[in-house]
Amino acid sequence: MTETRSEQVLRVDAYPTHEVGGYRVRAGKPFPFGANVVPGGVSFSVFSDQATSMTLVIFKRGEPEPMAELEFPEEFRTGSVFAMTVFGLDHENIEYGYRADGPYDPVTGHRFDARQVLSDPYARLIAGRDVWGVEPDRSRGYQYRSRVCLQDFDWGDDTPLGIPAEDLVVYETHVRGFTRHPSSQVTAPGTFAGLREKIPYLKELGINCIELLPVFEFDESDNPRTNPETGEQLFDYWGYNTVSFFAPKAGYAATGRYGMQGDEFRTLIKDLHAAGIEVILDVVFNHTAEGNEQGPTISFKGLDNATYYMLTPEGYYFNFSGTGNTVNCNHPVVRNYVLDCLRHWVADYHIDGFRFDLAAILGRALDGTPLPNPPLLELLAYDPVLRHTKLIAEAWDAGGLYEVGNFPAYGRWAEWNGKYRDTVRSFLKGDPGVTGELATRIAGSPDLYATRGTAASVNFLTAHDGFTLADLVSYNDKHNEANGENNNDGANDNNSWNCGAEGPTDDPEINALRTRQMKNALAILFTSQGIPMLLAGDEVARTQQGNNNTYCQDNELSWFDWDQVDDNAELLRFTRGMIEFRKHHRELRSTAHPTGQVREHLGLPDISWHGERAWQPDWSAESRLLAVARCGTGDDDVVYVAMNAHWESHDLELPALPGGRSWHLFADTGAEAPYDIRTPGAEQELDNAGKYLIGPRSVVILVGRANASDDLDTP
Amino acid sequence: MTLNVKERRNKTGTVLVATGEINSETSGSLLQALLPLVREGKPLKIDLTAVTYVSSAGLRTLLVVYREAQHAGVAVTLYGVSEEVRFVMSATGFLDFFETGEAVAAAAKAKVKAAR
Repeated sequence: MTETRSEQVLRVDAYPTHEVGGYRVRAGKPFPFGANVVPGGVSFSVFSDQATSMTLVIFKRGEPEPMAELEFPEEFRTGSVFAMTVFGLDHENIEYGYRADGPYDPVTGHRFDARQVLSDPYARLIAGRDVWGVEPDRSRGYQYRSRVCLQDFDWGDDTPLGIPAEDLVVYETHVRGFTRHPSSQVTAPGTFAGLREKIPYLKELGINCIELLPVFEFDESDNPRTNPETGEQLFDYWGYNTVSFFAPKAGYAATGRYGMQGDEFRTLIKDLHAAGIEVILDVVFNHTAEGNEQGPTISFKGLDNATYYMLTPEGYYFNFSGTGNTVNCNHPVVRNYVLDCLRHWVADYHIDGFRFDLAAILGRALDGTPLPNPPLLELLAYDPVLRHTKLIAEAWDAGGLYEVGNFPAYGRWAEWNGKYRDTVRSFLKGDPGVTGELATRIAGSPDLYATRGTAASVNFLTAHDGFTLADLVSYNDKHNEANGENNNDGANDNNSWNCGAEGPTDDPEINALRTRQMKNALAILFTSQGIPMLLAGDEVARTQQGNNNTYCQDNELSWFDWDQVDDNAELLRFTRGMIEFRKHHRELRSTAHPTGQVREHLGLPDISWHGERAWQPDWSAESRLLAVARCGTGDDDVVYVAMNAHWESHDLELPALPGGRSWHLFADTGAEAPYDIRTPGAEQELDNAGKYLIGPRSVVILVGRANASDDLDTP
Repeated sequence: MTLNVKERRNKTGTVLVATGEINSETSGSLLQALLPLVREGKPLKIDLTAVTYVSSAGLRTLLVVYREAQHAGVAVTLYGVSEEVRFVMSATGFLDFFETGEAVAAAAKAKVKAAR
C-alpha cells in the first residue's frame, strides 16, 4: 500500500489565538528570524533592541499600498524579538516589511522613523528590482520588498564538493558579465541560467572553482553618474552595495520576474557541482547600501541603527569601507547575523566558500580599533555548519588596515595575496631588485604564511578590481574617463607595462610581446605554490580598454566577448595547458612550504634555485632571471621553471638529473604556437640535455623524467 | 485565475488535462486531483497544453506529484508544455525531473529509426 506524505500532522500551533487588524494570528516563534511558512500561515520574526513598537506591513504582490498593517501585540515580544504567525496568507502573492517605532536621536545612534517600511534583514527573496536595468518606480514608498519563500529545493544527492584547498583553480567572474555579450549565444544572456549553459566551457578550461562577484540583492540603479562622453546611465555593475544579505539578486535570474531566482541559482550550483566545480561567493559584510547620514533607509538603519553600524561618539557613521558606513561586525547581535547569513548560503544553497570583501573590517572592534582576537572571525572559523567551507579574506580595508600575512586565521582563513600580485607584476615588467621576493612569492610566501601553509595564499595577478591581464600588458596608465570621475578613481599603482605603445596597436612585434607577457604571467601563476586565481576572460585576452575600475560599466568594457574564444585561441590553449599541467604535478600544489630538504630517491632538494648557471641563482638587484626546480615525492615529479624578465636571451645551464632521467620541454613562451606548450605527459625530450636557450622575456618549463609516457602523477 | 482539470482514462493509463494557471491558489486542487490517480498505479500523463503559467508553488506541486509517483513506481509524463513554461522549468531545474511528451515522442521516433 502506497503511503502519501501529503497528509498533515495536527499541531496545536496551527490554530490562531488572537485577531489583529482582521487577521487571525498567534504568537510566533522568535527563531528562526525572517518569514517562515508554518502550518496554516506564515511566522514573522524580527529583532529590534530599542523599538517601542513594531508593525508588520503586508502588500498584495506588486501593489503600491499595503493590504494590512498588523501591530505586534505586546505579548508577542520575547526579549527584543517581535514574532507573530499570521494565518490564511497566500505566501506566494504577498510582499511584506516592517514599521519600527522608537526614538529618533542620531547622537545616541537611534534613527527610528515609523513612516518608513523596512526590508526584513532576513528576507530570502526581495522584489522591486526583478529585471536588471528596468527603471524603478521611485515614487513608491517601499522599494525593496521582502518576500516569503519555501526552502524545499530538491538537491538530490548534491553536497558541497570539498575539494582540498590546495587543489583549487579559482575563476573569478561576474554572473551578468559572463554571458551578457550578444556573442554568448545563450538562451538567457546575463543570468544564472546563462552561466549554467557555459559550464562545458568552464570544464574544458580546467578550473574547478568559480568565485562570483556579489550575488546578494543590490540595486544596480543606485549609481547617479552618467558617462561624460555618451551621457548614458551608469549602473552599479559590480554590486558591492548590498541591499539584502539573504536574497539572491533577482536581476541575475531569467526567472526573477516570477520570483524564482532562488531555484534558478540553486540549479546553477547543482549543475556546477555535478561538473566538479565549486562555488565561492564574494560577500560584502563591511558596509551596506544604506550609506551615511544622507543615504537611504532600507532596513538596518530603521530597525536598529545603533546595533548594526559603527558610530562615532557623535552618532556619525565610521567609514572604514570608503562607501559611507561600516557594519558593526563584532557586535554580538551582528556577529550572529553574519553567521546566520553564511549558514543560510551553505545549508540552503550549498555554497562551498566565501571571499570576504575588505575583510580587515571584520577584525575591528565596536569603536573601530583592530582586535587581537576578533570574535567574528573565530566564530566563523569554528562554526559547525561552515566547518568545511573555504574562507578567504581580502585582508585590508579602506581605513588603512593592511593585514596580508597577519589576518587572524584560526587555522582556517586564506587570503588574497596582494603581495604576490605586486611582486610578480613588477618582475614581469622587468623592474630591478625583484628576483629575491619573486622566489618567496612563488614558493607560497613562507614569510607571510609560515604556520598556515601554502593554501593560505590565494595567488592572483588580476582580479575584477584592476587591469585585466591583456590591459596589464597594453597600458602604462589607467583610462577610467568613462566612469565620470575625471580619471581620479581606481588604483594608480598598477605595475603595468604597455610593451611599447599605449593601447591597441598594429605593430606585430608589440602584439607578439604582449601575448608572450600574458603567457609568462600565466606560466608563473600556475606553477606557483598557493591557490591560483584567474580573472574570467584573461584566458582569451579580455580587454577593458585600460579601465581599471569598471564597477559602473555594464557594457562591452566589462562583458566577456565570446568571439575572443576563437580570436585568441592560442592564449586559451596555453591557459588550458597550464591548468592541466598543474593538475599533473602534485609538488606545485604541496601545502607545505619547501625547505630545501633533499628527496632521497632522486637526490634533489624539494626546491632549488638556479640562474644562467645551474645551482647559482643571481639575487643581485640587476638580475631579471630566475629558475626554480621542484622535486616531488613521485619518481618523475621534477619541474624546472625558468623565468626571464630580461630583454635579452640567456643560455641556461640545466641542473643534472639522476638515474637516466632527462629534461623534457613542456612550455616555452618564446616559441611560436603550437610549440609554445605541449600536452602534459607528452613533453618533448631536449636534444641538448644540459642546456637551453631562453629567449627574451620568456618562461620555460621543463619536466625531468625517464620516459615521456611513464607514471604520471595524476590527481 | 482558476484551474480546471479533466480526467481521461484509456487502456494505457490516465490523462489529466489542466486548463488555466497553476499557482499557490490553484495548486491545492490540482494536487487533490492528481494524488488519487498516482495511487491507482497506472501511467499518468499530465497535459499542460492549455496551462498559461506555472508559478513557483505550481512547480513545487508538480514535483510533489513526481516524488509521490516515484515512490509508487508510477511513470509521470508532462505533455504540451508551452515554450514559456518550459523555459521557466528549465531555468529553475524542475524540467530535469520530468519526462515530457515531446521527449518521449522523439525517443520513440529514434527507436523506430534504429529498428529499420
